[in-house]
Amino acid sequence: MSSTHPSFSWGRVLIYGFLTVFALITIIPFVWMICAALKTQADFFTSRFLPAGDGLFGIAWDRLSLHQFGRLFTELPVARALLNSVFFASVMSLGATLFSAAGGYALSKFQFRGREFITTFTIGTVVLPAALLLGPGFETLYHLGLVDHYSGVILPGLAPAFGLYLFRQAMINSLPNDIIESARIDGCGEFRIFFQIVLPIMRPMISAYLIIVFIGIWNNFITPQIVLQSPELHPLSVAIFNLKGLYNDDLSLIMAGTLVSIAPVMILFLLLQKEFISGLTSGAVKG
Amino acid sequence: MRPARQNSAWVPWCLLAPFMAIFLTFTAWPLIRSMVLAFEQSFGPKTTAFVGTLNFRFMMQDPLFWTAVGNTLIFTLCALLVQIPTALGLALLLNRPDLKGKRLYRLAFFSPSIVGLAFVAILFSLMLEKRTGLINSSLHAMFSSWDPDFPWLQNYVMTSLVGATLWLSAGFYMIYFLAALQNVPPELLEAANIDGASSWQRFRHITLPEIRPVLNLITLLVVTGSFQFFELPFLLYNETGGNGPENRALTAVTYLYQTGFRNGDLGYASAIGWVLTLILVGFALVQRQISRRKES
Repeated sequence: MSSTHPSFSWGRVLIYGFLTVFALITIIPFVWMICAALKTQADFFTSRFLPAGDGLFGIAWDRLSLHQFGRLFTELPVARALLNSVFFASVMSLGATLFSAAGGYALSKFQFRGREFITTFTIGTVVLPAALLLGPGFETLYHLGLVDHYSGVILPGLAPAFGLYLFRQAMINSLPNDIIESARIDGCGEFRIFFQIVLPIMRPMISAYLIIVFIGIWNNFITPQIVLQSPELHPLSVAIFNLKGLYNDDLSLIMAGTLVSIAPVMILFLLLQKEFISGLTSGAVKG
Repeated sequence: MRPARQNSAWVPWCLLAPFMAIFLTFTAWPLIRSMVLAFEQSFGPKTTAFVGTLNFRFMMQDPLFWTAVGNTLIFTLCALLVQIPTALGLALLLNRPDLKGKRLYRLAFFSPSIVGLAFVAILFSLMLEKRTGLINSSLHAMFSSWDPDFPWLQNYVMTSLVGATLWLSAGFYMIYFLAALQNVPPELLEAANIDGASSWQRFRHITLPEIRPVLNLITLLVVTGSFQFFELPFLLYNETGGNGPENRALTAVTYLYQTGFRNGDLGYASAIGWVLTLILVGFALVQRQISRRKES
């Protein structure tokens, strides 16, 4: 037997204890939601997490079922909403990333008249609260005939001022001029330079920004809520909330729907958390 | 760095064209329209009439507007006092070099940030329920004297909103503090330790000045975010149009949404939007002055 660990102290126990309690408080709502989605309505009212019974660990495993998930995808239009969410998030994250990267490249690596003005004007709008443009933005969509169309949600999201700022900043810091210059001397066309040299160099930034926008669009509620009236166009955020209004007493159904809505982005985040977190903090901490 | 030499003048414009076309249509034009709309009254997007400064004069005596602004200010203050110390505290604990399982803790604390506000609203509306909700049933199981019918959503509106927001965003701000703490030079802390500085003195005189830029940024993010607080109260109290009991959940942006999209007056909504913008810009300027003075 070795002697007590040299760095053992009550202070450390306190820190681990505190962190663990806090982590549990953070995680338990997710656990509760998963349990609720698997239970029947009756068990929802009688048990806090899983219903008690004779099974392993004293839990009635046989009373759990995927019944509510089945209802979501057969009786209710959740499959359609899931597809809509995937569609919005993929198209908008790809488009916003490509347009921001191209714009950021132009603003960081070219000299032309009006560059300073465009930079100040576009990036200056980052500070405006989104609510300011809610009304006049809707008015614009109305006059263009885009209300209640997929494109009414998609188009306005393709030019994020914050994305332009991030890509301009990243290209000033980490895109060497020599590489672009020597490609030009070799006779490489400007658009081939952008697609085959600039974009590959910026890959870490691009993947980080793609995930951030994807998750942001997936979670967006207010834009689709205002722009789309037809239920078949709704993404999950709007669809599940409407579901809650219609099936207010069917609590385990609502939790199953919420779980279906959260799970895809949660899995995406778990797979790509390094890119996601470094992308979030890159602009803020270094400067 | 000197920008690269260019062959033809149209290349940057072609690269900028897709972004600028969308930006001008869906950001710049609505921005200009919002300045005009603020002096108009509208009934849906079809009919508008010029009313001069009526919107602003009406706002000054509109009791619901002031209730909304008051609630928003209280929420912002609570958010600042609760979220920043929690986020910074967690980051300081996680930043200890000898801590095991750091990545797992960080993952746990950050995970709620991935959940959209609409889903958080649904989850918390069930969690805060009387009797069946997770919070009351857990508290009752731990302390038998706890009332299982404790009316969180009914009587403790601000506490519920601040609590849900803390769950959602403490881990989000924490990762910014963690990133900043990792840039604090360890030699400085080591030297102070040898000189016999207490851990509070080391935090106060070394760590805090080093992370002040990030602290300022997070303060600005919390204030601008809280000032635009909308989806959570709007969805949690959806049955009352987002007002909540005795208008206690009504925030400024909820009120803006109600006037613009329930009453169809995009003009008054734009006027409210501009007042909110001016308040936020004013705050940002004041904060910049204060942080400049602290630096010099």
